[in-house]
Amino acid sequence: MKYAYYPGCSLESSSRMYDSSLREVFRCLDLELVELEDWNCCGATAYFSVKETVSLAVSARNLALAELSNLDIVAPCSSCFTILLKTHHMLEGNTELSDKINEALGAVGLSYKGTVRVRHPLEVLVNDVGLDKIRKTVKVPLDGFAIAPYYGCQIARGESSFDDSEDPVFMDKLFATLGARLVYFPHKVRCCGGMLMYTWEDIAVRLVTDLMRCAQENGAHLISTTCPMCHANLDLHLKQVRKLYPEAKPMSTYFFTQLLGLALGIPAEKLGFDLNYIPIDQRLKDVIQRTREVSHA
Amino acid sequence: MVQKSPDRNYTPGKLPLRERALRMAFLQRIHDIPGGEKLHRCIQCGTCSGSCPVSWAMDLMPRELIAHFRAGDIETILHSRTIWLCASCYACTERCPQGIRVTDIIYSLKRLAIDSDITLEHDGAHKLPQIFVDIINKYGRNHELGLMMRYYLRTNPLQLLRMASLGLAMMKRRRITFTPPRVEKALKDIRLIIAHAERLEVPKEIFSPEYRPDTVGYRAIDKVSSRSSKSPSTTE
Repeated sequence: MKYAYYPGCSLESSSRMYDSSLREVFRCLDLELVELEDWNCCGATAYFSVKETVSLAVSARNLALAELSNLDIVAPCSSCFTILLKTHHMLEGNTELSDKINEALGAVGLSYKGTVRVRHPLEVLVNDVGLDKIRKTVKVPLDGFAIAPYYGCQIARGESSFDDSEDPVFMDKLFATLGARLVYFPHKVRCCGGMLMYTWEDIAVRLVTDLMRCAQENGAHLISTTCPMCHANLDLHLKQVRKLYPEAKPMSTYFFTQLLGLALGIPAEKLGFDLNYIPIDQRLKDVIQRTREVSHA
Repeated sequence: MVQKSPDRNYTPGKLPLRERALRMAFLQRIHDIPGGEKLHRCIQCGTCSGSCPVSWAMDLMPRELIAHFRAGDIETILHSRTIWLCASCYACTERCPQGIRVTDIIYSLKRLAIDSDITLEHDGAHKLPQIFVDIINKYGRNHELGLMMRYYLRTNPLQLLRMASLGLAMMKRRRITFTPPRVEKALKDIRLIIAHAERLEVPKEIFSPEYRPDTVGYRAIDKVSSRSSKSPSTTE
């Protein structure tokens, strides 16, 4: 199976381990990713707060490029996924608007007819590959791990319809397949504060504290996420969290593709486990060691 | 507290001129959102406020935004912190029993505040998206370090010092870099699309010349919504 790949800006920098682990996992499961040539920023929440038409045109350029390739577009970043999907739906639901956007795209000979399917890699793995195949491919089961599945606010909401919006289960099912234990985590779709971490830090830190506390008190060893923004907020602000919740342990947050990659026997160096700010936990070091043994065997 | 506009001379049945202009501009923006006209279905139940993870920090609850619109008081909404506190998590939109696209409506309020030069007095939240836009227009992609540095320099330079050690740790891991990312060949294309779309940004005139939205309440929405899009089923 072949997909157009839209990494998004965060996957080039702050979340580059999401990019490398996703590519590794897809390769391991015989899925081909063709990166869109010269893709541009999706506009994120920020562009949409300033200009509507321009932000839709910027986002639609990527959809137009994917449409030329005739492939589904895979967008791992929650914000990109949401914005691309939203753009697709807004243009579908409003002909006046789509005429305008196509006029703007026409300036460089592009157009968007509205035929692209925007996909999230989590959904691709569960629906297109299937949990059965993944189960058969597992080399190092993640048993002994208690994981808090944190989906973040966006991937199950808005125009997205692949999973339940209040209680999504795709990541739960995936990790259960890998042998991990899922902890009770009622905050699985609660907002991490996103960009509020820069604009109103005290407010965002309270949201992050709620998340970390919920994971810790329910016995999680680590948090698994699907979103670069969530990852950054959970990974980088332990010091501030401890002012509100002094008992906070250094709980690591990893992208679900990193953990999946480990279970599939991909060497840890290729998955970027050393890039987190919060130091790696001992339990995970042991699994990484086992992965090493498997790959040498 | 919400700031009040200095000029509030009410004539019964007539909105102040500025409020009238804001109201028309807002209705125009609602018109562009597929399903935006559902705003008139609001029953003030407060599900949005109860679902919002940051409503405790807001000066106006999300429900109150709609109440203020209904009462003919957009000006107060645009001066509130609320619209800038929305982190766009879509919890309210997801749960609204009336299918109102609250998050999208808040986005349009942010745009209206920027277009009307209404900014927050003590907080710089409204500056972040504008700096982001400048970066995208320049490079085609986001430059995380550039965004942070510019934002803190304009709002709270001391924060740069506080973030220095974290920044260095991130640089060591190459999770942020000094050099901005660049689209290789297509930057010219992206800038052309942006320039073109800028010209189309001006909302289309959806009101007849004699229409004046002095009617408060939800009725004004019905008057313009009929020309709006087909309602997509996804919002049901």
